[in-house]
Amino acid sequence: MAAVKLEFTPMITEAATSTFERLELDCGVTLSPVEVAYETYGTLNADRSNAILVLHAFSGDAHAAGEGGWWNSMIGPGKGFDTDRHFVICSNILGGCRGTTGPGSINPETGEPWAMSFPVVTVADMVRLQKMLVESMGIKKLLAVAGGSMGGMLALEWAVAYPDSVGAALPIATTARHSAQQIAFNEVGRQAIMADPDWNEGNYYGRKPPARGLSVARMVGHITYMSDASMRAKFGRRLRAPDQFEVESYLQYRGSTFVDRFDANSYLYITRAMDSFDLTQRGTLPSLFEKIRTRFLVISFTSDWLYPSYQSLEVVSALRSRNCDVAYCNLASDYGHDAFLVEVKEQAEIVRGFLASTHA
Amino acid sequence: MLDVFGRRDYAIISELVEPGTMVLDLGCGEGELLAWLRDHKKVDGRGVELTGASVQKAIARGVSVYQGDLETGLDDYPEQAFDYVILSQTLQQTRDPLRVLKGMLRIGKRGIVAFPNFGHWRVRVSHLLTGRSPRTELFPYDWYNSPNIHFLTVLDFEALAEKENWRVERRIFLAGNREVSVMPNLMSEVAVFLFSGS
Repeated sequence: MAAVKLEFTPMITEAATSTFERLELDCGVTLSPVEVAYETYGTLNADRSNAILVLHAFSGDAHAAGEGGWWNSMIGPGKGFDTDRHFVICSNILGGCRGTTGPGSINPETGEPWAMSFPVVTVADMVRLQKMLVESMGIKKLLAVAGGSMGGMLALEWAVAYPDSVGAALPIATTARHSAQQIAFNEVGRQAIMADPDWNEGNYYGRKPPARGLSVARMVGHITYMSDASMRAKFGRRLRAPDQFEVESYLQYRGSTFVDRFDANSYLYITRAMDSFDLTQRGTLPSLFEKIRTRFLVISFTSDWLYPSYQSLEVVSALRSRNCDVAYCNLASDYGHDAFLVEVKEQAEIVRGFLASTHA
Repeated sequence: MLDVFGRRDYAIISELVEPGTMVLDLGCGEGELLAWLRDHKKVDGRGVELTGASVQKAIARGVSVYQGDLETGLDDYPEQAFDYVILSQTLQQTRDPLRVLKGMLRIGKRGIVAFPNFGHWRVRVSHLLTGRSPRTELFPYDWYNSPNIHFLTVLDFEALAEKENWRVERRIFLAGNREVSVMPNLMSEVAVFLFSGS
């Protein structure tokens, strides 16, 4: 395990990789070995009761806090996840391309990248690997698990799979199962990638990657993360060039930079894992929450049409029907699905107060 | 008398609630009462509140509040889930008060309801002398901007309780900071009832 001390932030930050001997997947395949990239912020207390696992969204990574961190506005001294009080962990998900084993990793049996021979992974597999990582740190029970979007799905999976190991769950802008609309947008992204000749059935490592396909997939994604109101405010009909709208330029830029940091095959595997996630396959939501002692803070955003509030309310309703301890807030925001990343002031206040009254 | 955030009905309610119980506060605002009950009576409290800004403040206070409409939001809770279900100064603002009261007794062993008494003498005098919709300290609104849509008196609630076969276990009447014992329908500004199903 290599630990690198990063100096650019006042909080105690470590970036590291852990290797585990084996991980049994839902599909029946055993991955061996498995690497997990993670970062931690703050200090684990003596009785290891102040750990919070932060769960990144679809395209996120382990770099949650510090400069360029995807949730830097929420994690740090005095912030929503207060690193003066809490030990915050974030790991890159299984199937990802940011340091954790995924389709771009080398298959030890062939010495070649897995590509499309990488086994199908599920949200439950991702959580199982995170559980191994947390246990390897000597943490039996997390004070909280928290995440937005796909990260919220992982938070729900954590609470249902390991109720005794989770003090509180904070599923934000998320769902217990994707709707047809959510699956549809993911499918457009997948088809865009696979339609790119450079995709080459997934075998593009060491060659030209399917940049055009991946870029188009990301452009569609970005549209779904915004709202009509936020796009009107941000772009309107303003022109970037005589024959180019501002919004076109923005989406193309987002698409092209995404290609530099994301692997197209990971896109296929992770969106598939999101689409197949369905807690209700294991029983009705109320029945899954029957004996749960975990506290819940569920947050949705008024303008989020990708993960509309009715999906959060479905979870909240089930929790209330079993008299679970649940707080729910539908925060007002114009930012659409992106709100959980950018509409931070109210969210941070809520999270801070909720965590202060949560005890492992 | 106990003073909880300057609201007399809160003070009374917090005396009625036994320690260590489970409480649901309907229209809980920013969760002051629930936080007080948690800190002073070890109460496990939940709240329902419609206004987003209030819900945010309540959750930031560590109180588990559900943002939703209390008129439709009670249906999810299982039967007899709470020791007390509290409705403070909100009954007169509900569209279907009887449905709310019945819902309270379905999900709670006891209900505690506090409401401004429309039978108070100042209300009657105001109406009698001006011939207009009464405006008093207790009912400070004009007819067109009042959140109150159902006006009830102490006697009205007693009559309803009898009709529905509810058992009124405690009744407390307030005028200013004093408890009223004579002619409560005329003398009390605020009435608090602790009641249970038959």
